[in-house]
Amino acid sequence: MAEMTLHQLTRLLRECAGEEEGVDLEGDVLDTPFTDLGYDSLAVLQAAGLIEREFGISLPDETIAEATTPRLLLAFVNESPSAAA
Amino acid sequence: MTDSRTEPPVFTGMGVAAPNGLGTEAWWRATLEGRSGIAPVTRFDASGYPATLAGEVPGFDPKRHIPSRLLPQTDHMTRLALTAAEEALTDAKADPEQLPEFAVGVVTAASAGGFEFGQRELQALRSQGGQYVSAYQSFAWFYAVNTGQISIRHGLRGPSGVLVTEQAGGLDVVAQARRQLRRGSRMMVTGGVDGAICPWGWTAQLSGGRLSTVADPARAYLPFSGAARGHVPGEGGAILVLEDAGAARERGARVYGRLSGYASTFDPEPGREGEPGLRRAAELALDEAGLAPREIDVVFADAAGLPEPDRQEAAAIGRVFGPHGVPVTAPKTMTGRLAAGGAALDLGAALLTLRHAVIPPTVNVARPADEYALDLVTAARPGPVRAALVLARGQGGFNAAVVVTQ
Repeated sequence: MAEMTLHQLTRLLRECAGEEEGVDLEGDVLDTPFTDLGYDSLAVLQAAGLIEREFGISLPDETIAEATTPRLLLAFVNESPSAAA
Repeated sequence: MTDSRTEPPVFTGMGVAAPNGLGTEAWWRATLEGRSGIAPVTRFDASGYPATLAGEVPGFDPKRHIPSRLLPQTDHMTRLALTAAEEALTDAKADPEQLPEFAVGVVTAASAGGFEFGQRELQALRSQGGQYVSAYQSFAWFYAVNTGQISIRHGLRGPSGVLVTEQAGGLDVVAQARRQLRRGSRMMVTGGVDGAICPWGWTAQLSGGRLSTVADPARAYLPFSGAARGHVPGEGGAILVLEDAGAARERGARVYGRLSGYASTFDPEPGREGEPGLRRAAELALDEAGLAPREIDVVFADAAGLPEPDRQEAAAIGRVFGPHGVPVTAPKTMTGRLAAGGAALDLGAALLTLRHAVIPPTVNVARPADEYALDLVTAARPGPVRAALVLARGQGGFNAAVVVTQ
């Protein structure tokens, strides 16, 4: 499967956790902490669950907890074995 | 000089989500006009169930009323609660940010939390697997969820909690809020909004044996009548702002009324003889308010809508006030019974009755059964109301009574 892009990630976040007022997800948010984007750990967990299903991969809870920015989460997703297959 | 901690706290804000009106103004207008919100269920296909009627809140658009971040994590009844809480705080002209960080708390009544949300996620679990269950299931189904969401959204970090005493909860929470005010909080957001109009919630309520199976909305819920056959369930309730009297004075808040008396009692345990606890709750609440029965201008009844509890309630009212001794009303005949939201809405109605000097009617009951000897208000009745008694009974033996005064 192709690599997950930032655009795909923000679309997914919006879909499963909504969008904080006053936050521009289309902007340069790659290194913006999820908490600054209005997403708490549960929102990230919710998004991770959807990513696991869509991309057929498995993201351990510890990994998700460490992914505090979109860049980190995308790296974990795209480095995960079955995603590259 | 009086110490405001010993003075009764005051109600300074109200928000309503009711089957006959979303928002205090729309609901109160409908209530005085006797317009009912009871109709065939639309939230799911109830045609195959014995009970087919409900009171559903009209005109509620989640996308318009709830921020997008909160949509994926909230059950329908939590969305209604958030909407009512926002209205209540706006109405109170309260800006919690201007108060000390821990000065405002939240205590709401609940029954089973977000049933509809929970049903959807349990279905996902069973049919698709754990990966398909929302992370928000962790709290969205939980009975304390409304308190939590209201607290987070408005930054209310004072003492908070939730009470589960079925229909009595809407009054019991107000007493708990008062307790927190006595301990030093300035303001409490309280009341209850509830609802479980989904197959799972329906099945649970049907098993209780108290739902009316009559299909005619005008004949299904007839408390105190000879034709009482159970009740229609509904969704919604009211969120109220209760405030320390001194704090309210200080900021020049507009006051709906004072919380002058409260009491709760239990019925004797099943199988044991003895009078139900409702009369004692009413008398204790009057005692605390320092009022004689003749000083109460209206009673908002629990109005179970089944012969046995109706008889018990009429007997309790009769023993305190005498036969036909006080106007009694049940505006919940227009909404159905709202579980943890019901008594909170009645309390809201009682407060508006004080303010507008008119008692809202009981609808669809042309006249109460003679044996109950009740002065049932069946058309809006104008006249000064200085003090109102609100009664509530929760399945499982809970009784609660509140006296509000001008």
